[in-house]
Amino acid sequence: MAGGGLVLGFSWLASCKDEAAVEATLAMPDEWFEINGFLKIGNNGVVTAMSPNPEIGQNVKTAMPMIVADELDVDWNNVIVEQAPLNTDIFTRQLAGGSQSIRQGWNSLRMAGATARQMLKQAAADAWQVPVAEITTAAGVLSHKASGKSAGYGDMAAAASKLEVPEEVKLKEIEEFTIIGTDRKNVDGKDIVMGKPLFGLDVQKEGMLIAMIVHPPAFGMTFKSADLESVKTMQGIKDAFHIVVYPEGAERQWSDGGAIPEMVAIVGESTWQCLQAKKALKAEWEAPDKLESTSDHDKGLAELLAKAPKEPARRDGNPEKAFAGAARVIERTFSAPYLAHNCMEPMNFYAHVTPDKAELLGPTQTPEFLENTLASVLEMPKEKIDIMMTRMGGGFGRRLYSTFAVEAAMISKKMQAPVKLVYTREDDMSQGTYRPSYMVTYRAALDEAGKLLAWHVRAAGTNDGGVFENRFPAGALDNYLAESHMLPTQVTTGAWRAPRSNFLAGAENAFLDEVAEAAGKDPIDFRLELFDRAINDPVGDPEKNDYDPKRYAGVLKLVREKANWDAGTPSGKGRGVSAYYCHNSYVAQVLDLHMDRNEPRVDKIWCAVDCGIVINPLSARNQIEGGIVDGIGHVTYSALTFQNGKPEQTNFDRYRLIRHAEAPKEIETFFVDNGIDPTGLGEPSLPPISGALANAMYRATGTRYYHQPFVGSKQDQRVIG
Amino acid sequence: MARFNLNINGTQREVDVDPSTPLLWVLRENLNLVGTKYGCGIAICGSCNVHVNGTVVRSCSMPVSTVGKQEITTIEGLSENGDHPVQEAWLEEDVPQCGYCQTGQIMTAAALLKQNPNPSDSEIEMAMSGNLCRCGTYVRIKKAVKRAAESQSNS
Repeated sequence: MAGGGLVLGFSWLASCKDEAAVEATLAMPDEWFEINGFLKIGNNGVVTAMSPNPEIGQNVKTAMPMIVADELDVDWNNVIVEQAPLNTDIFTRQLAGGSQSIRQGWNSLRMAGATARQMLKQAAADAWQVPVAEITTAAGVLSHKASGKSAGYGDMAAAASKLEVPEEVKLKEIEEFTIIGTDRKNVDGKDIVMGKPLFGLDVQKEGMLIAMIVHPPAFGMTFKSADLESVKTMQGIKDAFHIVVYPEGAERQWSDGGAIPEMVAIVGESTWQCLQAKKALKAEWEAPDKLESTSDHDKGLAELLAKAPKEPARRDGNPEKAFAGAARVIERTFSAPYLAHNCMEPMNFYAHVTPDKAELLGPTQTPEFLENTLASVLEMPKEKIDIMMTRMGGGFGRRLYSTFAVEAAMISKKMQAPVKLVYTREDDMSQGTYRPSYMVTYRAALDEAGKLLAWHVRAAGTNDGGVFENRFPAGALDNYLAESHMLPTQVTTGAWRAPRSNFLAGAENAFLDEVAEAAGKDPIDFRLELFDRAINDPVGDPEKNDYDPKRYAGVLKLVREKANWDAGTPSGKGRGVSAYYCHNSYVAQVLDLHMDRNEPRVDKIWCAVDCGIVINPLSARNQIEGGIVDGIGHVTYSALTFQNGKPEQTNFDRYRLIRHAEAPKEIETFFVDNGIDPTGLGEPSLPPISGALANAMYRATGTRYYHQPFVGSKQDQRVIG
Repeated sequence: MARFNLNINGTQREVDVDPSTPLLWVLRENLNLVGTKYGCGIAICGSCNVHVNGTVVRSCSMPVSTVGKQEITTIEGLSENGDHPVQEAWLEEDVPQCGYCQTGQIMTAAALLKQNPNPSDSEIEMAMSGNLCRCGTYVRIKKAVKRAAESQSNS
């Protein structure tokens, strides 16, 4: 298993690494020894740790190796991190999605480090002829107290690499962690600020051509014809052709969501030349009888909300009776538009397909699924397909659907040349797997004393059902009814950071605020009373309720204390609270704002988070801050609308994203320290913040905000860059 | 196609391209300076920001034919070893998430501090509002700009 030199045969990234900078701080070993798929140790003790999962900005490339390195018991400054390629023999779930990388990787990452440490100990015990149990480790050094012997990991790496990997090994106690739970900077930080080639769009290869696509301009349309000859003669253009990306009978899976089976491909020497040809291309498209507009979607959702579905998603007690006998019923409807993902790095992928082999390199959140699809469309065994991941200029769910990589592969196959497919921003925004549009109606029944008697939620979404029926307040009151509708549409949708939660959390928390006000109660007290019920006398099977009411209440109490909630809102400010559970984590937020004309300006946010053990607090806070800014931005400003199947916003001139001056001035994050195994972090801070924002805007303006985006109408989105 | 002699990061570089080609694509594809990023192509997002004679310019919307003898500085030319005070402050604050927009942010911040070594919060907000960050790192960007301003004034 020993290898000489940098054993990084797959590594485009390594070749782009700033070796000089690494060498300035770390002496490269003469020889590397592979201990297991996650780890190589050099003869001088330098460690290479593989980061198995795709990096989309959630910082797993730092956090995952930190876990391995801690169990290995080395000095973090002695660790080099490499992005692993797709390798299903070694790694499981190489996927960036659902905020699950750390949660689901936790045990295997710890085991990788701990087994390697045990093998090093065994090698030392063999060399020194002492019992392995007497060997201790610290910061990459093996010691045997009784004999006074010690050695660096590098000295034992060769012998350790030849040992069997132990099946069982003792993991560290939490108190023994030296890296987990400490602030560690982004391992790619220096390369990022220096503008090194890290991203898919930065890939340059010998003989590589640029490819662009022209896809149908409206959802529902399909390819009819194109005047390919006229663009083929343009300067720098190598070819232009109609291409079937998904041949008939090709296997499709969820990660092919949003796939457009047929389009036009243009291949040339440079991006600018392809872009000119793309603009010049005259193509005709088949239109179906009906092309959808936003007004159709809104009407369809509203019609669904007006009626009960055949079966409820969950029904506890007798909600109808409770509503009939209530002293007061509050009913409110909330809505949200489609959203585009708008990763700053538009979709792209490098592919080189030959009859014997397919090499792909680029930004995908789902390399394993991509491999399955490629095997089908290329009719090639998986063993002949290599997929490597670049760092990604954002993901947010968009790159779960790697149809652009499939397009790149099919274009490369046709061209018999390496190609880099580049989407323009307009391609990216108009060929999306969008956040669905949603509508939800909540009803609450109160008795004379302001006690919540019944709760009814009925939601509808485009291509998506609309409720999480077993989440709060299910289980916290006797009479509960959750109903869900789905409106099938031509517009393609998919996971967008915190799917469904990104709408429901805000709507639910805004409604709770209004109900608490009607009940004459403090909004935190009102929620805590419900949690008390769920803790002490849960309704229904407690296992079925998809949250732990103690942890939920815990973050609310923590944020109440940190924000000094009970002292009341500072004068001139509006203050709102919100809390939500998703991706296995609990978040509660208090937000202070003032209004600047009709726009909210957020002065401060306090955010309490229970995600179990925090691997890297420095970047964990960054994720929380980012989710909050992302949430505030989209709920305040963003919308994607359609007219006859065409997106009305195709670039940032009409699609408004939050900018620096509109961002919160200060965000303070507090993690609950409870030693529970880590849970999701990349998504959970986003969903509730729109509730805190809406509630604070109500306090500042006297107006309740039910329909997103809160600022600007859907027709008036033009902004100046 | 036409030949252009460009002054890029203090070095004369010759390229043979269509005169309408934006500076962005010349940098990225002809000169292999990929730290300047493509984000929108219509001068809205700031990912492609470079300095032209010390002033921030959107390279996606500047045809190469209009560059002439002007001095172009890209992120690769901001410092040789990534130790410009703004880059150091970015690392110190651990600003990046995905990292894609950050070179554009850094170029804007560096130009701001050159012109205004001690900007107020609102001056930072105004100057940095031309750069989109989809990950939402604005809070840290502001801290990093302030840190860079402090470190420059102390040196």
